[in-house]
Amino acid sequence: MSGIPHDHYEPKTGAEKWVHSRLPIIGLIYDTIMIPTPKNLNWMWIWGIVLAFCLALQIITGIVLVMHYTPHVDLAFASVEHIMRDVNGGHMLRYLHANGASLFFVAVYLHIFRGLFYGSYKSPREITWIIGMLIYLCMMGTAFMGYVLPWGQMSFWGATVITGLFGAIPWIGEPIQTWLLGGPAVGNPTLNRFFSLHYLLPFVIAALVVVHIWAFHSTGNNNPSGVPVRTTDKETVKKDTLTFWPYFVIKDLFALAVVLVVFFAIVGFMPNYLGHPDNYIEANPLATPAHIVPEWYFLPFYAILRCFTADVWVVIIANKLSFGIIDAKFFGVIAMFGAIVVMALVPWLDTSSVRSGRYRPMFKGFFYVFCVDFVVLTWAGAMPAEGPYPIIALIGSTYWFAYFLVILPLLGIFEKPLPQVATVEQDFIDHYGKAKEPKKGPKPVPTPAE
Amino acid sequence: MIRKLTLTAAAAMLSVAAGAGLAAEGGHIHDVDFSFEGPFGTYDQMQLQRGLQVYTEVCSACHGLKFVPIRTLADEGGPALPEDQVRAYAGNFDVFDPELDDTRPATPTDHFPHSSLSNAPDLSLMAKARAGFHGPLGTGLSQLFNGIGGPEYIVNILTSYTGEEKEQAGALFYENTAFPGGWIAMPPPLSDELVEYADGHPNDVHHMAEDVAAFLMWTAEPKMMARKQAGFTAVTFLIVLSALLYLTNKRIWAPHKKAAKKAMVPPAE
Repeated sequence: MSGIPHDHYEPKTGAEKWVHSRLPIIGLIYDTIMIPTPKNLNWMWIWGIVLAFCLALQIITGIVLVMHYTPHVDLAFASVEHIMRDVNGGHMLRYLHANGASLFFVAVYLHIFRGLFYGSYKSPREITWIIGMLIYLCMMGTAFMGYVLPWGQMSFWGATVITGLFGAIPWIGEPIQTWLLGGPAVGNPTLNRFFSLHYLLPFVIAALVVVHIWAFHSTGNNNPSGVPVRTTDKETVKKDTLTFWPYFVIKDLFALAVVLVVFFAIVGFMPNYLGHPDNYIEANPLATPAHIVPEWYFLPFYAILRCFTADVWVVIIANKLSFGIIDAKFFGVIAMFGAIVVMALVPWLDTSSVRSGRYRPMFKGFFYVFCVDFVVLTWAGAMPAEGPYPIIALIGSTYWFAYFLVILPLLGIFEKPLPQVATVEQDFIDHYGKAKEPKKGPKPVPTPAE
Repeated sequence: MIRKLTLTAAAAMLSVAAGAGLAAEGGHIHDVDFSFEGPFGTYDQMQLQRGLQVYTEVCSACHGLKFVPIRTLADEGGPALPEDQVRAYAGNFDVFDPELDDTRPATPTDHFPHSSLSNAPDLSLMAKARAGFHGPLGTGLSQLFNGIGGPEYIVNILTSYTGEEKEQAGALFYENTAFPGGWIAMPPPLSDELVEYADGHPNDVHHMAEDVAAFLMWTAEPKMMARKQAGFTAVTFLIVLSALLYLTNKRIWAPHKKAAKKAMVPPAE
């Protein structure tokens, strides 16, 4: 499977040979977990394992929750309370599932930003990146529909607001919205189809994850230096890499255990921290909550959606040019989806030939601002759309698009990259040779943490 | 450096999410110390029983607890009433039985009744459905040690009547500094010595409010103690597991790191 030369599985006993000649599944598993992995991977490369764990956790807890949940507008809220009160361990299952979604998104954002910094999206890993973006989209759909299922106030009104976005599309918007909802407003058909899709999409994600792993096993992992592993022969490969098992499995499991300490502390001691109190009020189509706020992981995009109001000049121009077809609402929807599309297109927007941000002095600054921008957008998305917040969100959104559409294309032309390390092996040696010296002053180049 | 940055970002995101909870503006809520706050906090069984008494004698006139099965009053970690008392207690309520097409006295397997007044919200989840006190800036540790703030909200609502009232659209409203908007439709439900506690506990408004708020926290989160115990077990186990994995990781990487140190060219600048 891997494009990197390495030792393959050799069936030894008769039984092994018998299986291998019929279905080489042991060989497939062997090749997958024995893949040569760059030895200089730092701690930002652990989020993949955390994500795999999250997917498994969500599917397992989800399957059990479904055994006790009733997808009906009159019964859903009560069935969740039944889970919380009467089902053995039900309260833990539900809190694990609800907070598991948050852990999933914390991990996916860190995973994405790691990829953005170290240029993991660049050739030859574009397909890995695109598949990853598809996974991210499916995750957002799954999380959104899952949040509707408890049928609390935020569930109901969140569903109303988000499906209303589709209604903003000119001409075909309203029929699409009605088709999505299964009726003129959020109701029982909506709850039922969301339930069905919420159960389906995780398996789509699982399939995409297999493709994602397949893709980067074909190209080999990126690494913090961005320098490719030398693939001339097995001996050279061994200088640059170590096998995934046990070196990276144990390292990743250690990181996962540390992450889970925090996760279980939240689940055990403050499980409602990331939720909204309003969602403990049963859905009421007649009472609108004061502030309808999506879950935290949607906030950056929610901020982008809301910031393009009718008085912003790009919106005015778009409105004039399209003879009024593109109004502020539709513009916001385009911007929100556009924000994800530009991120998906980054392999072709980044013109620099240097992969790792470590050797890109100008890029580094813009990237750190981009990280801050993400946090600012998250914060602005949580705030009411009044006072200074819309303008802050607008500046944040502008930087988001400028980063992908202007900064990254131009940096490749104007930036003078630093000299890169010759080999992955040398990077590993550099790091562990240096690690012994007392750390004084700013390091010339950021080295992997471990 | 990137790791530090992303960690800060994650921490910031967490605090933002807490800010979102705060977004529901309300009146002034002050903090109250409850026995069940913090990672090791537990319910005070006597307080829950007193709170049940306040609920039964005062709140239940208008408010229901429709998600709470009466039998759970006997559960450990809750008010833990003896079985016979729970049976006798259930008999206080009449419930509608669709099979009889009539009302009958409740049994422990029934739930508490619904609210009898249409504009009186059900109280089962009230302690989780209101964001009260999130502490300074709504940061995580504040909630970890001070709780989610719902019980504080309930105490404050019950004790923040100013005595002013006004008539609006034919309905009476009472000024309440804790209630969002300042005017609440619920008349002041508690007055000093309204409820006579069997254990001789002080029965002024503030004590009764705290007792009933604690009871309502239990109705909203009956499995809280089991949850904290599970959390503690999980965290302890994972810390030990982390330590073992850390050592394993160090051990298996050691030869490769050592080789790297040896391979380092002497003038390491």
